[in-house]
Amino acid sequence: MSYMKTLMAGCTVLALGAGGALAQDGETKVIGVSIPAATHGWAGGMNFHAQQTVERLEEVYPGLDFVLATASDPGKQVNDIEDMVATRNIDALVVLPFESDPLTPPVQAVAESGAWVTVVDRGLSVEGIEDLYVAGDNPGFGRVSGEYMVSQMPEGGKIVVLRGIPTTIDNERVEGFQSAIEGSGIEIIDMEHGNWNRDDSFNVMQDFLSKHEQIDAVWASDDDMAVGVLAAIDAAGRDDVDFVLGGAGMKEMIQRVMDGDEMIPADVTYPPSMIATAIELTAVGLTSNAPVSGTFTIGSVLITAENAEQFYYPDSPF
Amino acid sequence: MSVLGPVIALVVLILVGTALNSNFLSAANITNVLARSAFIGIIAVGMTFVITAGGLDLSVGSMAAFIAGLMILVMNAALPVLGVGIPIILLGMVVALVAGIAAGLLNGFLITTLGIEAFIVTLGSMGIYRSLVTWLADGGTLSLDFGLRTFYRPVYFGGIFGVSWPIIVFALTVIVGEVLMSRARFGRHCAAIGSNENVAHYSNVNVNRTRLLTYAMLGMLVGVATIMYVPRLGSASASTGVLWELEAIAAVIIGGTILKGGFGRVWGTVIGVLILSMIDNILNLTDLVSPYLNGAIQGVIIILAVILQREAKAKG
Repeated sequence: MSYMKTLMAGCTVLALGAGGALAQDGETKVIGVSIPAATHGWAGGMNFHAQQTVERLEEVYPGLDFVLATASDPGKQVNDIEDMVATRNIDALVVLPFESDPLTPPVQAVAESGAWVTVVDRGLSVEGIEDLYVAGDNPGFGRVSGEYMVSQMPEGGKIVVLRGIPTTIDNERVEGFQSAIEGSGIEIIDMEHGNWNRDDSFNVMQDFLSKHEQIDAVWASDDDMAVGVLAAIDAAGRDDVDFVLGGAGMKEMIQRVMDGDEMIPADVTYPPSMIATAIELTAVGLTSNAPVSGTFTIGSVLITAENAEQFYYPDSPF
Repeated sequence: MSVLGPVIALVVLILVGTALNSNFLSAANITNVLARSAFIGIIAVGMTFVITAGGLDLSVGSMAAFIAGLMILVMNAALPVLGVGIPIILLGMVVALVAGIAAGLLNGFLITTLGIEAFIVTLGSMGIYRSLVTWLADGGTLSLDFGLRTFYRPVYFGGIFGVSWPIIVFALTVIVGEVLMSRARFGRHCAAIGSNENVAHYSNVNVNRTRLLTYAMLGMLVGVATIMYVPRLGSASASTGVLWELEAIAAVIIGGTILKGGFGRVWGTVIGVLILSMIDNILNLTDLVSPYLNGAIQGVIIILAVILQREAKAKG
């Protein structure tokens, strides 16, 4: 399975045996999947992988039935989960919470009803609710990005940073990045929020270029923001910027890394396909004796021209 | 006197910007600020008429995203037939204008002929267009073919005599809008309807037709803004044009147009748009304020600009 390649070490699966116990009786089991709607590129990719996985697993496991719901806000997601419990009597729930706090009580209620709970990417506010936690590694994302910057700029240099929407995710990434470049001579001369949005990052980068005479490199921290940054640099006709480092693994950016584009020499993954990992593992837990409870951390991997091909999904919208 | 409020706010902003960063008044920065104001600005001119006539349109941001997506799809689809060249760009422009006018007419029809509250109709169409663009893009991003993008790019980045096209189009829109508002019968009818619909009706103003026209015109201007927007990044997604409607409405109100209708000022809207984008620009050019507080600064300045306007009015 191709997504397995994106999984790094850090997989600490603890044996509790609950997965095996659930798999014993012979009726059809229902797995509910609740995820945020495709409102931006990364979420679009995540939706794509969720649908693909559900379609594939329905064929592989005749004894499993799936309910997939996408929510455009936390309130709708709470309703979705309540509906799944009330009308479909789900045996397991795979949930990527829109926000941690509002989703914690309803997911807790699902867990208390005896269903298996898999939480993806964003953790809940109370520990110990979920049976399986498939987590992205945000500090690691920042660290890998920072280490790459250091390796590319041994002499140090001046960089600007575009941040995402102000959230814990963004803070963890930036802190990871800052500690990775500490003492390397790389100086962050400016930092602003581009909100993981192409237009916002375009405007911010235009202003950075007016403000600073010399920018050696840009940590755009996201591939959508990298698109805006590149357009701004291009329009300003500046050649002081050596390269732009995005993140997430958008197919257009992977393509550029593959093609050896000098402005986009690398990318750092934060794979939306982690939802597939979560659904697959949940299905394994429900249908076999293999223990799958615990925490599964999906590491952020550096993509360069050498390994880019493994991360290129031409069919995905992201 | 009431005209002074927003102008004072703008002048103060320019002085602050110049004092904080020497690059603020550089030609490159002024071009950046004016060009990026053009999208909201062009839309806000249309919004001035809608609001003056006592209406409101919340759907313009999603509408712009939808039209951008549609334009990209049509141009990509026509590429094998037409090839890269002027005809395909013209086709894209026609699609944007027709889609904009159609969307505006639909809003206007539901509001005038069926008599549904403008807030509800446009809240509904806002959701519809936002979903449609997400659906068209399959949750991802619609991108214009690379060769086409390179050819189309000068429409945003190019210009004549060093003035870029978005600024020229914005200026032309403002001039035509200003003439329509203050010199033409259409503008007077809008104001009459906005201040009292019944009186306007008895004074032989065709209320429904005038209102319908304001929405159609706004839709067309959304199309024009999209024509300028697409060549910039060559892409559209669900995050395109988010909150443009509120920025446009804020610009109109900062500029002195009355939210409940009856009085509109196109040039004031321009000042409003410039104030909004200049705040963003100044916050990016300086390190005085934590970026977490950008929204708060914007909010304070919007409210201040409107207070200044009222104070001045009370004295005058």
